[in-house]
Amino acid sequence: MTASGFLSQLLQLAVALALAPLLVGWVNQCRAWLQNRGAPPLLLPYRTIHKLFSKDAVVAHGASPLFRLTPYVVFGAMCCAAAIVPSLATDLPFARAADAIALVGLFALARMFIALAAMDVGTAFGSLGARREMFVGFLAEPALLMVLFTASLISGSTSLPTIVETLAHRELGIYPSLAFAGVAFTMVSLAENARIPVDNPATHLELTMIHEAMVLEYSARHLALLEWAAALKLFNYSCIGLALFLPAGIAEGSDWLGMAAAAPLLVAKLAAGGFALALIETLSAKLRIFRAPEFLGTAFMLAVLAMLVHLLLES
Amino acid sequence: MIELGAVLAFPLAGGLVLALVGERRYAPAINVAASLLTFVAAAVLALRVFEHGPLLAVERQFFVDSFNVFLVALTAFVGFTTAVFSRPYMRIEQEHGRLSPARLRLYHAMYQLFNFTMLLALLTNNVGILWVALEGATLTTVLLVSLYRTPASLEAAWKYFILCGVGIAQALFGTILLFFAAEKLLGAEGGALLWTELDRVKAQLEPTVLSIAFVFLLVGYGTKVGLVPLHNWLPDAHAEGPTPVSAVLSGLLLNVALYAVVRCKVLVEGAVPTMFAKSLLMGFGLASVVVAAFLLSRQKDVKRLFAYSSIEHMGIITFAFGMGGAIANFAGLLHMTVHSLTKSAIFFAVGHAAQKAGTQSIDQIRGLVTQSPMIGWGLALGTLAILGMPPFGVFASEFLILTTAMREQPWATPFLLAALGIAFAAVFSRVQPMVFGETTVRRLPHRPAMMPVFVHLALVLVLGLWIPPALAAWYREAARLIG
Amino acid sequence: MAGLPLYAQLINLLAAILLLLAFAMLAQRRVLSLIDLFAAQGVALTASTAIVAWGTGQTHLWFSAALTLVLKVFVLPWILYRLIRRLDVRWDVEGMVNIPTTMLIGIVLVVFSFNLAYPISQLASTVTRSTLGIAIACVMLSFLMMITRRKAIPQVIGFLSMENGLFFAATSATYGMPMVVELGIALDVLVGMVILGVFFFQIREQFDSLDLKHLEKLKEPE
Repeated sequence: MTASGFLSQLLQLAVALALAPLLVGWVNQCRAWLQNRGAPPLLLPYRTIHKLFSKDAVVAHGASPLFRLTPYVVFGAMCCAAAIVPSLATDLPFARAADAIALVGLFALARMFIALAAMDVGTAFGSLGARREMFVGFLAEPALLMVLFTASLISGSTSLPTIVETLAHRELGIYPSLAFAGVAFTMVSLAENARIPVDNPATHLELTMIHEAMVLEYSARHLALLEWAAALKLFNYSCIGLALFLPAGIAEGSDWLGMAAAAPLLVAKLAAGGFALALIETLSAKLRIFRAPEFLGTAFMLAVLAMLVHLLLES
Repeated sequence: MIELGAVLAFPLAGGLVLALVGERRYAPAINVAASLLTFVAAAVLALRVFEHGPLLAVERQFFVDSFNVFLVALTAFVGFTTAVFSRPYMRIEQEHGRLSPARLRLYHAMYQLFNFTMLLALLTNNVGILWVALEGATLTTVLLVSLYRTPASLEAAWKYFILCGVGIAQALFGTILLFFAAEKLLGAEGGALLWTELDRVKAQLEPTVLSIAFVFLLVGYGTKVGLVPLHNWLPDAHAEGPTPVSAVLSGLLLNVALYAVVRCKVLVEGAVPTMFAKSLLMGFGLASVVVAAFLLSRQKDVKRLFAYSSIEHMGIITFAFGMGGAIANFAGLLHMTVHSLTKSAIFFAVGHAAQKAGTQSIDQIRGLVTQSPMIGWGLALGTLAILGMPPFGVFASEFLILTTAMREQPWATPFLLAALGIAFAAVFSRVQPMVFGETTVRRLPHRPAMMPVFVHLALVLVLGLWIPPALAAWYREAARLIG
Repeated sequence: MAGLPLYAQLINLLAAILLLLAFAMLAQRRVLSLIDLFAAQGVALTASTAIVAWGTGQTHLWFSAALTLVLKVFVLPWILYRLIRRLDVRWDVEGMVNIPTTMLIGIVLVVFSFNLAYPISQLASTVTRSTLGIAIACVMLSFLMMITRRKAIPQVIGFLSMENGLFFAATSATYGMPMVVELGIALDVLVGMVILGVFFFQIREQFDSLDLKHLEKLKEPE
């Protein structure tokens, strides 16, 4: 690992950490515009995180060490993911670890910890949120894996940088499989990031919430880390989506110039993606939790169809 | 040429005229006349083919050889006798208040159009048109089956439409595959769907495609033949439609659908030299015989009883064509003829019996002979004939099929024999008390037309005792054609 | 995929859309949306036929495309809409098997169809041969829809969409059947639809009710 490679890696991680709350702020702002509301400031998530960090943490009496540990594990997992997802460049030192399945595993790890921690304190909301989270995750993960498999099938590898490089260099054409996989991925991302039709990030209504129910017992720096991790998760998913379906512009290599050129493009793509997300959230209504299987089943179906269509039409 | 045109033109024109004039006193007469003219034209056509050999007409779109002309003649004949039978039958139905004049108009028009579609299916040389005609036959018979508009008849018609619609869609896919295979050899323009052209190049057709195509074609047309396990529509449609429709469904439509299967089988045999098509046909045939025989013993409705008997006999014929070879094919063709004649005769008798008793339930039809000996004896003789009693023709054909099976497919013989035995016991034990014993039936307002019953049975009897040499030569020729 | 002419790529795209629509129909609960999906299938079919006609210069396919457009995009959906309005049946379609299970069976069917189509499409000389598997899959999925739906109108829509799949098979595997056959098929479909329309009214008349639920009772064997 060369020093410059290491620095590039650090740069990508730093960009991810810095941009993630901004992305959340941007989505909230777009959503407010689309819904004719007064928009919150773009930088509100930073301020929230900052405010939370400067408070004293309160931990429930019955909480075990797991409860305290979880925010760090979740945040760490998301940082790892951010380091290996090819957002700016493909040839980074960590890239060798950037296997699609490993990535799904990282997300699953974070999910498991946060669900355990939610049940740890023993409140009704925590258990409820954890149960729903596992329910959604249980359905979303196969679909996500299917999408990644389709991409791997096209490129012949499960390594994310290789996938991105293959996809970026494909001949220009119409690929129905990628279109299906893209839609499936969007649906999975909505579910995984606790977005509208599956969860509503803006509500604390006990009947509907999933993510918020799990972090209800957290405060101060723990909550800050979890919120930041959630923002990072959204950022990571966006970057995976962009890498798979809009790979043009990601630097191939780890030179500074390429990354510098890739950064503005990434910001632009994320801005567009964030707007699209806000649009989807505005246009759709939240589903009953028991309709979530159908929603995710559709995503799974689409992912499978993408694979089948690829095998039949494009091989 | 002109005969061929006439065979198709009479029923079509008859149907249109009957639809236009509506229900008049003379509408049944027009119906009979159109059928008679069709039969005469078919007979002339048959003679012509018999003398001059196969005939290709109208830019190769129509094709007549010994195989189909024999079925054309049979179809036209049974079509005619059924029209004769339906005249008093439908009048009685009308007087019983089961049919309105508008329905009778529909009935007459559809009856002729149904005959037209069947004859078109038989005469066309285009496999695509064959499909279109069979689908047309489905559509017309759906209307005929639902004629009474009772809940049961609507259910039967719905089931019939959906099952046969789905089935025939499979056949369309098979046809597409056939076209696909032939197109490479014959070019897309016109020729690739013509059976004669396909027959010419059948040895070069792609075996894989033809095998898959045959499965679809067999499932598709087999649904219409009523082969087990695709037979569900058949008993309902037979039981709930008017009796003349049951007679033509059993006597003609099943034959025509089987004709389509056999035509396709000839092509597949040419392309796939293995036992593939034969085994499929034998398998479906045997399954139909056995399953239908067991189901026979559970029937309470007399028309359903004989509908299951039709499934059984179609199974026997399919099995015979599956075995192939000169004797089995000969026997299959003979069985097609005698089954068609006998089964329609039985339905004629059953129709009047049911009218007399006011029900189709076997338990409530008793002692037909004491009230009306003609109907009673007609039913009794017809039943004996269809059960394969000598000296009727069914015995001759079944005997031939069984002996061939013993020689060529010995494994199948026990199944066939057992099924025939079970069928005999089931049908005979039900029909016997219907014919003899205390009577429960009443008089009919019109004299029933028993003439067709006895004409059919007499023909079957003749065929059982002595097949005219000319007819035998003809069967042999047709048997040779279908391999 | 690479190296295919643009029109073939477009047809592949439309084939994929047809497959998607077939699944959407399988999952759809509302009758009216089902008709819309059927019309959408007609549009995709028209487009693909027209593109094949344009790409390969088969002039008779233009007629097929026009026929499809008129029949499957306008006439049949119109008849169905009318029927539904007149019969006033707007409630949800209930399947016999729940939707996720149906979908899984659907996937199995698609895999089966692709396998079935593989040897055939290897032999085809048309550019669009790979879509044959999708055509078979559409037929199978419509078949599944007919099996799993208990209401009359969805069954009919399944039947019609099966016809769509077959038509697509004909264009993709062979550049279309001869005109006379295609006209015959179109006539049969149209007549069949009209008969079914009459049929629905008979059912309503018979039961003196607008409720097609009675048909389910009828479906049970006596």
